[in-house]
Amino acid sequence: MAQETPQTKMHGAAGRTPPDTPPVITPGYTFGSMTDKVSSIVLTRPTSARWYIGFAIASSLFLVLAVSIGYLLAVGVGIWGVNIPVAWGFAITNFVWWIGIGHAGTLISAILLLLHQEWRTSINRFAEAMTIFAVACAGLFPLLHLGRPWFFFYLLPYPNTMGLWPQFRSPLVWDVFAVFTYLTVSLLFWYAGMIPDLATLRDRSQRRAGRVVYGILAMGWRGSARHWRRYEMAYLLLAGLATPLVVSVHTVVSFDFAVAQLPGWHSTIFPPYFVAGAIFSGFAMVLTLAIPLRALYGLEDFITTRHLQNMGKIMLTTGFMVSYGYMIEAFMAWYSDNRFEQYVQLNRALGPYWPMYWSLIACNVLAPQLLWFKRMRTSALALFIVAILVNVGMWLERYVIVVTSLHRDFLPSSWGMYSGTIWDWATFIGSIGMFVMLFLLFIRFLPMIAIFEMRSLLPQAELGTEPRGEAKPCP
Amino acid sequence: MSKPEAAHDPRPAAVDGTGGSRAAAALQRLVGAAPCQGREYWRTLEELADSAAFRELVEREFPAQASEWADPVARREFLVLMGASLALAGFGGCSPAPAPPQKIVPYVRPPEQGVPGKPLFFATAMTLGGVASGILVESHTGRPTKIEGNPDHPASLGATDRFAQASVLGLYDPDRSQSVVYRGRVRSWGDAVVALRGALADQRGKRGAGLRVVTETVTSPTLARQIGALLDAYPEAKWHQYEPVGRAMARRGALLAFDRDVHAVYRMENAERILSLGADFLDCGPGQLRYAREFADRRRVSSAADSAAHAMNRLYVVESAPTGTGAKADHRLPLRAGAIRGFAQALAEQLGVSVAAGAAVPEHAARWLGPLARDLEEHRGRCLVIPGRAQPAVVHALAHAMNQTLGGVGATVYYTRPVPERAVDEIESLRELVADMDQGRVELLLILGGNPAFSAPADFEFAARLGRVPLRVHLGLYVDETARLCDWHIPETHYLEAWSDARAYDGTATIQQPLIAPLYGGKSVHELLAALGDSPERPGDELVRGTWRGSWADGPGSALPESEFEAFWKKSLHDGVVAGTAFPPLEVTLRGAALAAELARDPAAAPPADSLEIVFEPDATVYDGRFANNGWLQELPKPITKLTWDNAALMSPATAAELGVGYEPGSIGSVAWSDVIELEYGGRSLRAPVWVVPGHADGSITLHLGYGRSAAGHVGTGAGFNAYAIRSSEQPWFESGLSVRKTGERYPLACTQLHHLMHGRDLVRSATMAEYTAGSAAPGRARAEQPLETPSLYPAYEYPRYRWGMAIDLTSCTGCSACIVACQAENNIPIVGKDQVSRGREMHWLRVDSYYAGAPDNPEIYFQPVPCMHCENAPCELVCPVAATVHSDEGLNDMIYNRCVGTRYCSNNCPYKVRRFNFLQYADYKTPSLKLLYNPDVSVRSRGVMEKCTYCVQRINDARMRAEKDNRAKVERDGTWLPPIYDGEVLTACQAACPTQAIVFGDMNDPASAVARMKSQPLNYGLLAELNTRPRTTYLAALRNPNPEIERL
Repeated sequence: MAQETPQTKMHGAAGRTPPDTPPVITPGYTFGSMTDKVSSIVLTRPTSARWYIGFAIASSLFLVLAVSIGYLLAVGVGIWGVNIPVAWGFAITNFVWWIGIGHAGTLISAILLLLHQEWRTSINRFAEAMTIFAVACAGLFPLLHLGRPWFFFYLLPYPNTMGLWPQFRSPLVWDVFAVFTYLTVSLLFWYAGMIPDLATLRDRSQRRAGRVVYGILAMGWRGSARHWRRYEMAYLLLAGLATPLVVSVHTVVSFDFAVAQLPGWHSTIFPPYFVAGAIFSGFAMVLTLAIPLRALYGLEDFITTRHLQNMGKIMLTTGFMVSYGYMIEAFMAWYSDNRFEQYVQLNRALGPYWPMYWSLIACNVLAPQLLWFKRMRTSALALFIVAILVNVGMWLERYVIVVTSLHRDFLPSSWGMYSGTIWDWATFIGSIGMFVMLFLLFIRFLPMIAIFEMRSLLPQAELGTEPRGEAKPCP
Repeated sequence: MSKPEAAHDPRPAAVDGTGGSRAAAALQRLVGAAPCQGREYWRTLEELADSAAFRELVEREFPAQASEWADPVARREFLVLMGASLALAGFGGCSPAPAPPQKIVPYVRPPEQGVPGKPLFFATAMTLGGVASGILVESHTGRPTKIEGNPDHPASLGATDRFAQASVLGLYDPDRSQSVVYRGRVRSWGDAVVALRGALADQRGKRGAGLRVVTETVTSPTLARQIGALLDAYPEAKWHQYEPVGRAMARRGALLAFDRDVHAVYRMENAERILSLGADFLDCGPGQLRYAREFADRRRVSSAADSAAHAMNRLYVVESAPTGTGAKADHRLPLRAGAIRGFAQALAEQLGVSVAAGAAVPEHAARWLGPLARDLEEHRGRCLVIPGRAQPAVVHALAHAMNQTLGGVGATVYYTRPVPERAVDEIESLRELVADMDQGRVELLLILGGNPAFSAPADFEFAARLGRVPLRVHLGLYVDETARLCDWHIPETHYLEAWSDARAYDGTATIQQPLIAPLYGGKSVHELLAALGDSPERPGDELVRGTWRGSWADGPGSALPESEFEAFWKKSLHDGVVAGTAFPPLEVTLRGAALAAELARDPAAAPPADSLEIVFEPDATVYDGRFANNGWLQELPKPITKLTWDNAALMSPATAAELGVGYEPGSIGSVAWSDVIELEYGGRSLRAPVWVVPGHADGSITLHLGYGRSAAGHVGTGAGFNAYAIRSSEQPWFESGLSVRKTGERYPLACTQLHHLMHGRDLVRSATMAEYTAGSAAPGRARAEQPLETPSLYPAYEYPRYRWGMAIDLTSCTGCSACIVACQAENNIPIVGKDQVSRGREMHWLRVDSYYAGAPDNPEIYFQPVPCMHCENAPCELVCPVAATVHSDEGLNDMIYNRCVGTRYCSNNCPYKVRRFNFLQYADYKTPSLKLLYNPDVSVRSRGVMEKCTYCVQRINDARMRAEKDNRAKVERDGTWLPPIYDGEVLTACQAACPTQAIVFGDMNDPASAVARMKSQPLNYGLLAELNTRPRTTYLAALRNPNPEIERL
């Protein structure tokens, strides 16, 4: 068992890399220099002015969110653009978008771990953090969009004097379970994976506060062989637990739509199509965060072109899956001979929301095609642009699914239009502010790259000792 | 039954000793008093002396702290008190108004039959344009909350119109005027009476030469008697009646045809072929409810076999703007209002009426003439021609002549004396008044109801000329445009607060009884006139009784001995009808020569092709403007256009294209951004937004009256555009010569339905009678898409007790929308305002969709009322995460408001989109008077919960309790014993209001029930039944009975 730890597997995998593939880490690092470089961001390097500016902007946007939520609770969801027939709007769009973004972290951490993709090591920590924050943002919206959010607990199965359970046939109840489970497991996974690094920070911290806080968070980690053995077992188990969740969460989210009988929602392709879309948007968000981070903190040696390339390839692949989804939706509408389905498809493409639909096609279908070219995949700027476009495109996709299906359904007499009000936008942008703010706090106070896992990727780790005589690859 | 309701005249107590002890001082002042101008009456020496102490005494004696108003400090206190009293009014549900000054007794003996929690119903009548329609008013512990039709009343037959349904909101309107006002200052009723009696005293010497009385159309025998008495006392005074939507044209037509003013009463039940010349007789009174019922009864076909024996009537409508009547037509011909006269003349010629030949008829209309004339002639004695109110005298006269020629007189139409007492030509009557005002002959003007400053034709310049009258008095429900120009304003009682009487379209009289003491201390017109006459303190009931007891009225009560009068009076009150008061038919002779001469004098010319025509019509919801402050009516979508909160310039698609104007949907909800045009006509101009209506006559623009009020109240002020501003007295209804200019501005219109095409979906199914009898189209153009019984793993629920269901007959529905207001009143449905409607958030549980089929220049128009379908497989129930919407064991889809968290998933999954969500706090919890309006049997919903049609579950439960309490013989149904609820015992609010009985509700478990029989018809279909929702509300496909000859054209 001991030999079968992930580390040894990854280590082995690194050995099998074809010779022309660029290395995962730029050569030349020692265990010490690697640890110095990552931990110094948190411990010794002065906080940059750019961080402060970024944090100021993000926390201002967070205040916008707070005001929006306050006004919403005081007045009601009528401050948004929702109406009859379009009773869901920005809130559900944002919810699905954020949940989708939250998929990449777990996918990178768990599935790629199980698939021995050792290049994931440089990006898994902040991808997991991104997941947690994205799910936190996502979790806000279903709560806020309730007419009476203070009764949200009616959705939870708790014993009560009314003798009532939630209505278990409703996908919204499944949603509650799926999202809560996902948040819990992701949080555990993220935290468990960080424990050895928290111990490193504890040991290296120059200040008492750091030592205490990191010390508490490190839960007494001493790096003994017993610790490592149990840790690796736990991490592997959590990875195993998290893996099905990657698929299940967005499947359940897609049921919110697929279970309804609304044309444009009622479709069996939705679960796989939503999962692919989630991974697509998740990787786009990882790239959106990784590219500026690596430039700002000089992490090009750890987050290398190879990482970018690989993520570009995943985006290209999942982009194709999503495009297939669009195609099949259109095909099934025609093939089913159901006039309501046909109308929805035509209306998406040619109706009042046509700019949205064609923008989403441009962003999600056409833009990733650039990634066929190696020059594009290896260019950080090009990848960044494609990733942003995919982020926008995936938001538009959810908007189109939610709004265009609802705004013209069965009875033309009830048709109506929808667009977000200033409060819709304020809440959405505010949630982005909250996400960025949390992320900035994360990179300032926690190691954004898994130090101990990175060390295991160094060639020295294969030998078991360091040429220049550093003691051992543990803190 | 009569409601023991006292009148509320403040009766001045005798001047007591405190006043008398100052007699000496008063006498002192008397000596120094200035000489009075004219004759003045004084009650006491003190008054004559006008001492401060006396003034104080008088002011204290009368209610309302009048003197405080002049004192700035005390005024603040008064405002505080007023606020407090308003708040207190909300608590005292049993007697919301200040207690009557007469007697206060403890609630030891409750009112007769008054059981707390059980409503009582009282019969009375509501008038519109003076003409009454009988109603029953539901009263909860003294609060009228809901209007139902009076089945015993000939003009109602149990149905109501939208105005009657909404009138109960008008009663509680917090914007109603609440105090006597003299030039902007609050005064007491006593002040007003003293001032007016003084002014009248001035007139007595001149035999009333300077006195003018303006009323609306008066059908009240009591009011006519009182005004008669006033005119007797002031012989040179004049009484004018003005009604913006009046019967002037009908009167002129009758005078032309018969040389006397008569009123035509139609007998739709005998009419197999009906031609409407611009008449919206199904939707716009008088008598529209009864006509709609009789019309629908002649169209109802229960089975194909039955239809052979039962001849369905056929309706031809010639009109400019589409109306509810036009929508029901088997053949509808859009024609400019000005071209209808030529059409009528040409048709009369074909029918053999001696008229001048060669009337100009547009080509597309001329093709109709032959087949139409043949069809009418084939049904001699069973056909009817109805002229529109707006059509000129000759069209009325031609219609009379055609009815005579076709043998309709006596069979399908008869003539009576005019319904109004002392019928006048209301436009000429006002013209005479305006001329008198202009020449300074009017010194005292009593405006008793109505709002002529707003609604008079623009060329009368009534508001400006009103300023030349030295003393202007207004009695009205609101401080409206007219009240603001008057010296005195006296708050009027609402018709539910006062005694009165009125006549229906056939002359049948009803005693109007009050349901509640005046909320805001108003006075009825009878009380005001009595106060100005000989008997200043007679309460309203005595005045009305007096009329019926006396010899003046021609009712049967006058012939009875005194002892029997009480029984007669009680029975009349109880029934809501004074038996035997319908007018007898009159014998009239047609003056064919005079008609021919008139037609020759004024030949029917083709309307100038290059000139646009303007048409004025009363509005479908605010009528002539009197309901502008009624939120239920403002928010009620107008039957065909589905506009709310505004009027617009209606025109055909072709005309709009020619003018280069139109509207386009906005980006949110169902708002439409419409081009604003400037209409110029007769030297006056008006800006209004455009609304394109398929089926409107080309070259014609229709404007609805009643909008653009500047002093309607919080709800109505500023809504819409004032069509009166360009209406002329010479051509009050339509005229060519309109010019239109695009302004480049745009205006948002809140419309609840922007899409009227069915996109090939089988939503409204229809068939012609011929197809139906031939069996070629069993429900209409339906495709076989009704998988009503699909296999399921689960056994079907059995519904051992009741299985409620509803069927709606689309053949009968005229789109009148009374059901929507009835639902709103019954179920405490809030209004949300124009902004929220334009965001797509109107709250109506029931809506009436309108759809067009066919070419846009003259489409078929269908109405489809859509309440909750109460689906057997309800999509909403499946997706609610908290089980806030569930199925009952009687098949209802119930909403549990206090469980709802507001995910709105149910609405998304509802294919019918009948669910309504409280996006904001819509229900008014604050306004005290509106709290009295709420139906105590229905929850008032808060923000954040979903709501929808319940099939009026409170009425079902009420019937269930009644059945159990009556201990009815129990019947066994599937092993359970239950006391039966009789078929027809539960009427949903919409069903009860429906004039055509298009909505039927009942127990589908009972095969003999009306609803089960309707659902067994081959016309029955479920809306979107292909989704396997298995709706409980089903529809009977619309049948039409077109003329094959015209079909082939």
